[in-house]
Amino acid sequence: MTRPKSVKRIREERKETNSHNRSLLSYSLFGFLRFSLFAISLVVMTLQLQAQGFELSGYLAVEGRIFPQSPLLNEQYQIGNLSLSLQPEFYYEGSGGDQSILFVPFVRADQHNGERSHFDIRELYWQRVWNSFELSIGLRKIFWGVTESQHLVDIINQSDLVENLDTEDKLGQPMVNLTLIQNWGILDFFLMPYFRERPFLTNEARLRIPVPIATDLTGYESSSKEKHIDWAVRWFHTLGIFDIGLSHFSGTSREPVIIPTITGAGAPFYHTIDQTGLDLQATTGGWLLKFEAINRFGQGDRFFAATAGFEYTLSNIKNSGIDVGLIMEYHYDERGKEGPAPFDDDIFVGSRLAFNDVQSTDLLAGAIIDRDTGSSFLNLEARRRLGDRYKLEVEFRGFVNASREELFYGLRKDHYFQLELARYF
Amino acid sequence: MKTKISLLAILPILSGLLPLTAATDTPEEKGLAIATEADKRDTGFKDSSSELIMILRNRHGQESIRDMRNKTLEVDNDGDKTIIIFNKPRDVKGTAFLSFTHKSGQDDQWLYLPALKRVKRISSNNKSGPFMGSEFAYEDIASQEVEKYTYKYLRDEEYEGHACFVIERYPVDKKSGYTRQVVWFDKAEYRVQKVDYYDRKNDLRKTLTSKNYQQYLNQYWRPDEMHMVNHQTGKSTTLIWNNYKFRNGFTKRDFDKNSLKRAR
Repeated sequence: MTRPKSVKRIREERKETNSHNRSLLSYSLFGFLRFSLFAISLVVMTLQLQAQGFELSGYLAVEGRIFPQSPLLNEQYQIGNLSLSLQPEFYYEGSGGDQSILFVPFVRADQHNGERSHFDIRELYWQRVWNSFELSIGLRKIFWGVTESQHLVDIINQSDLVENLDTEDKLGQPMVNLTLIQNWGILDFFLMPYFRERPFLTNEARLRIPVPIATDLTGYESSSKEKHIDWAVRWFHTLGIFDIGLSHFSGTSREPVIIPTITGAGAPFYHTIDQTGLDLQATTGGWLLKFEAINRFGQGDRFFAATAGFEYTLSNIKNSGIDVGLIMEYHYDERGKEGPAPFDDDIFVGSRLAFNDVQSTDLLAGAIIDRDTGSSFLNLEARRRLGDRYKLEVEFRGFVNASREELFYGLRKDHYFQLELARYF
Repeated sequence: MKTKISLLAILPILSGLLPLTAATDTPEEKGLAIATEADKRDTGFKDSSSELIMILRNRHGQESIRDMRNKTLEVDNDGDKTIIIFNKPRDVKGTAFLSFTHKSGQDDQWLYLPALKRVKRISSNNKSGPFMGSEFAYEDIASQEVEKYTYKYLRDEEYEGHACFVIERYPVDKKSGYTRQVVWFDKAEYRVQKVDYYDRKNDLRKTLTSKNYQQYLNQYWRPDEMHMVNHQTGKSTTLIWNNYKFRNGFTKRDFDKNSLKRAR
């Protein structure tokens, strides 16, 4: 329903921007860089003012991916990919811990993916803490929610999907964040003056949708484009066994709609949306009962989506120290198969093993299965510390019985094994 | 049951200076009186902070080191609030564990995962499992509230030059990994000198010894070192405390979910 409208809009947009496309792109980049430079100079100034309480930590990691199957498209690379990433963390603290600056840049050099070789400022912000409120200004990463297999309510940051499909890597979001801490809960206000576009993989990459994405044709519903001022508010409270989060977001949708263009490439289009979210967890005995729901308006018809489930942990089985968690979650999206959501009527079944050993070995394995088509998304992640400073991580993702209607149909040849070795400092 | 316990708990406080060795007490009453006196002597410190090094040793003597910070807030008429912030190993740096212990019922626990910026409420069911791969179980490091056990006085005995009361305590919580613990309190200051832990099969599983007690604020005793040996596996864990500070002026604000996110 919205798509024709959006296509029309994007065509108008294209007409408008075609002539000064380049300058627009460089301007938006310039805006971001300017913000970053401002923040960096803030760090440097503070560094000079108070060199006390400085801390450096972070990691350097090498990652290898193996794709056992040949790619779907000729331009996609074969078999393997190597990659190197670095994420240092600089932390300064002053006023006895009441003031701090955190700077977390991230950089990756990737063998095959032009877009995956990227630099980002994950976090760069100043924070001041008072007795009943906190103020943070800069680029931050905020997480909302309780479920494991999908993060429906979590909306503040743009997902860095070139990093990983799991939407858990995020781009730093410029914001002013005021937090009130009261007996009736924690109330967060966010003002977000600048939007970060979703990054897309280049054509030679694996794990991308088969349609090439023309990011230079990116369109916005708002005339202020990426400079639209977004806002959000969230109340979070614990009442006995319940942890409750109630949120509202108003601004540029982090998820674009991909609009087909005459060249065959898809153009990302960002609507202006309003989304109300609820996340709820009840913790009792070995049970965690979880529920997340959203109601979004502005991206087509108003729709509802939810994730509900549980995690039950059998702890210290037979005095071995091992915990086994059983997880089950159900995903629902009102827009169904036609919608852009990967999971509309799907069940996640999974298990978490925590060995609680010296090396903190753990494993999470599961599958998200569509109830109509039987299409399954398999996932396994395992971690183990080596010595005191190294960590080995194994990841497998598989796409089984991918049916044509599924969003990951285009990824059906992209099962992969990943091995990552990180050195922490 | 509960009122009975709390009445019994009040008794020695009411009796004040009455000698605890009164011949009329049953072993159960005497055991409870000793535990209550030890708790009373450790009440009123308000808050504390400390740095903690944990040395894990396996059977072959290979060591692994953990480095963390610890903050505690005393809560009137309830268990303590505790926050533990990890510094080493580096891959868990910034991870923080928040616990509200309760005198009765389940404790509330949250874990902060810095990579995802996620505060996660976790199940406090896991009493008997190892804390950070060490020989200390969660229930061993949790705040030891009087109400969490029932007691029985066993005997008087000398241990490492200290005249001690030896009492036995039985966990109330069915999820505990122990049938009983035998505790050596020194008579002079009611400090825990040694604990023998017996597993569910009633076999001796672990022994904890505390060394180099220091007195703070002219009242509160804390050991510089604790040593836990697992007799069944040959593994051991040593805890070394540094930089103990009391009455930092902490409030419940220092133990909320937001403070967990910026704990370092």
